[in-house]
Amino acid sequence: MALSGLSDVSQIQSKVLKDETFAHELLQDLSITVTEMFRDEDFYKSLRENVIPVLRTYPFIKIWHAGCATGEEAYSMAIILSEEGLYERTTIYATDFNQHALNRAKEGIFSNSMMREYTSNYQLSGGKEPFSSYYTSSHDNIIMNQSLKKNIVWANHNLVTDSVFAEVHLILCRNVLIYFDNSLQNKVQKLFYESLINGGILCLGSKEGLRFTDFCEKYMELDKKQRIFKKKY
Amino acid sequence: MHYEAIVIGVSSGGMNALKYIFSTLPFGFLIPIIVVQHVSSRSDNEWINILNGVSNLTIKEADEKEKIEGGNAYIAPANYHLLIEEDRTFSLTIDERVNFARPSIDVLFESAAEAYKNKLIGIVLTGSNNDGAKGIKRIKECGGLVIIQDPETAESSTMPASAIAVIQPDYILSLEKIIELLIKIDTNQSR
Repeated sequence: MALSGLSDVSQIQSKVLKDETFAHELLQDLSITVTEMFRDEDFYKSLRENVIPVLRTYPFIKIWHAGCATGEEAYSMAIILSEEGLYERTTIYATDFNQHALNRAKEGIFSNSMMREYTSNYQLSGGKEPFSSYYTSSHDNIIMNQSLKKNIVWANHNLVTDSVFAEVHLILCRNVLIYFDNSLQNKVQKLFYESLINGGILCLGSKEGLRFTDFCEKYMELDKKQRIFKKKY
Repeated sequence: MHYEAIVIGVSSGGMNALKYIFSTLPFGFLIPIIVVQHVSSRSDNEWINILNGVSNLTIKEADEKEKIEGGNAYIAPANYHLLIEEDRTFSLTIDERVNFARPSIDVLFESAAEAYKNKLIGIVLTGSNNDGAKGIKRIKECGGLVIIQDPETAESSTMPASAIAVIQPDYILSLEKIIELLIKIDTNQSR
């Protein structure tokens, strides 16, 4: 509201109905773009131990970060894949419906103030290198290395209204579905199920699950606590 | 007034306070209790299991979209905000920290105030920051009952004192008296 100079919700309502650009801007503004690198280090540890060995068996690897926001998790994944020697044969599709967030993700410029936390997340997750070797600092910001960006495809995709765009080996959608009600969650899970190859892996946030969806029986648990699921053959 | 829920905000010193509360409340205490205790973002939920072990109530981590039921106490998971929806279910979010905290007491209190209006009891306990002050004000504005731990008796006095600075609470009490009051309210309304 402060941004638009409007004073109350009813003014916003009438503007949304008449002004399409404003409606889009508002929607983007309302979407949640909070994310971190290596958030939940135990998850990333499990990813290295349980998921990487499966990925290693494929000649090429396709990964979908659904709802990537400003990209921190996609960069985290690129770092792990580089360390495991798999990045060269991987394509990461990082998608979000918020174009503003996607643009920021693509730039790969983040605030220096977060780096202490990210570094300790990275180290606790089993990181093997000095974290600072993955970015260059300048003033208050850091910029991620170009080499991490080269196999990431940033694309606008709306989980609710858009459909399957690729067949992938791994989907990560962490702490996105907590914002959706049960019927929307179910719809998105159908999309994920149809996008995964047989034996493909689905990673959800640590408080998310398949319990309230139609797809609970269609996966086995690779790591129950970290909510890592494998699509049954 | 028939109260439908109790929300508790607590920070440093909270482990002792919560252990005392939950080991003292009697079996059959019906009003559901929802707690935000500030913990490290890396905390696991083992301490919740320990609390559950010493309590007559069922104490568990609040789950995404879980229905709030009487006889239970729910604790906000580490590194998520906990909110209550109109339909008495939980929502979790990873929105930015509020008052440097996630979970934040203000976030729980404000959403609970909107959901339960005057059927809510809000309690601020020991802590060394001012999270909860805004939220407890909102609970009061919506007609809820507000209880603050007497800062003199709190392990850390800042948080209860900050709450008292912004509103006139219904009660300022020691932990012992807070429990007595809660048991009285619960017994009266479940008759």
